[in-house]
Amino acid sequence: MPEIKILTRDFSFYYESFKALSNINIDVETNRVTALIGPSGCGKSTFLRSLNRMNDIILGTRVEGKITLDGQDIYDKNVDVVDLRRRIGMVFQKSNPFPKSIFDNVAYGLRINGEKNKSRITRRVEQSLRDAAIWDEVKDRLEDSALELSGGQQQRLCIARALAVKPEVILMDEPASALDPIATQKIEELIFELKKEYTIVIVTHNMQQAARVSDYTAFFYLGELIEFGETDQIFTNPKMKKTEDYVTGRFG
Amino acid sequence: MERHFHEQLQHLKDTLIEMAEQVENAIAEAIEALVNQNADLANKVVKKDININMLEIRIDNECLKLLATQQPMAVDLRFVTSAMKINNDLERMGDHAVNIAERAAMLCSQNHLIPLRNIPKMAEITQSMVRDSLNSFVTEDVKKAREVCQRDDKVDQLDDSLFRKLLSEMMKDTQNIPKAINYLLISKNLERIADLSTNISEEVIFIYKAKSIKHHLNPAEVIDIRSKS
Repeated sequence: MPEIKILTRDFSFYYESFKALSNINIDVETNRVTALIGPSGCGKSTFLRSLNRMNDIILGTRVEGKITLDGQDIYDKNVDVVDLRRRIGMVFQKSNPFPKSIFDNVAYGLRINGEKNKSRITRRVEQSLRDAAIWDEVKDRLEDSALELSGGQQQRLCIARALAVKPEVILMDEPASALDPIATQKIEELIFELKKEYTIVIVTHNMQQAARVSDYTAFFYLGELIEFGETDQIFTNPKMKKTEDYVTGRFG
Repeated sequence: MERHFHEQLQHLKDTLIEMAEQVENAIAEAIEALVNQNADLANKVVKKDININMLEIRIDNECLKLLATQQPMAVDLRFVTSAMKINNDLERMGDHAVNIAERAAMLCSQNHLIPLRNIPKMAEITQSMVRDSLNSFVTEDVKKAREVCQRDDKVDQLDDSLFRKLLSEMMKDTQNIPKAINYLLISKNLERIADLSTNISEEVIFIYKAKSIKHHLNPAEVIDIRSKS
């Protein structure tokens, strides 16, 4: 039996009175890549941000149903949201390094989590940069500003920053949409490597990217989950007409 | 950076090689069953064909998945589309080996009509063509692929000469006709296997040179698929 990391049951999400997500049921498998696809406004990013309660910061939102991480309800009153976000890290569409050195960017999460031991921080920073496949490019310039890196490097730095606090799940919101094809390929290969250690959920507008990098694909449309299945099946033989129309470009 | 996609292509290649080995064995065993009049071995060839058929389905699925999920380009695109054709050709070869084995089983209980010289010789060349066409595919050896195409002429000559011999046996005595037809069909099956090996070699040239030499075009007058005319 596959191990389920995140389970959602009848999960609905409201912005004020607008129902942005309606009764979503998805099982996110451990050490697999799950891609969320669908046209703009379909709810895929809202769903992604619900997985580590990033939507909490938006006023007037509320949820129904349940999302669990390792069986524990993440919307339970007793859940420490800071700890939840340490366990479920996030990488955004636009790389957003802090205006600090490369080293300090990666060390940031460790320090705010109370780590003071310098050698432990140094080791963890190096390991995170290695895991994000950027170590060889920055090892001689760790004190340089992160803002001097190229777009592709900045994005991998942000992935290293997310890895530093040893999350269990990484959420990626369009991680390669602002990158050139070479940098995109590096990110995609990195995702393939990272899934050995982490569970990954990725939102992408680029359907081909979803096809290339993911094991499972969820197709959202107008706030509903139309189809969820193995990526091979979704792209070679989707069960639902709407999914077929979307993946073959016959939409609208 | 080594791409995960290229590991998938290597896996596809490995599966095709596995299939080719099974086909080569099937041909060898079918001919051995004929020469030694071994019905058990002939039946074994027929039974084992299911394995080749299953591999065909597996490879087809693998190619479809790669096309749908990886969007291969240039040499990778030619590789995947040609792999589908090679897969089809190998499966047909397996069927021809089964046809030979079935005829061999029929011929087991009677003495051979003529001394079996051409058929084992044809089988030997044909097996080498199967092996080398797949080797050229694996090693990207276009020169070897061209050599395989040239070997097909020898198989055709042996097929023609056997046809003439069997025709004269049939004219001598009409009682010989049923037996002679079985030999003719075996020869025809081998000749078709050789043709299919030629197809595979042509695909190899297409994958790695982006040039089509199909339909008896002189390899020196190849068509460049990128030309507009």
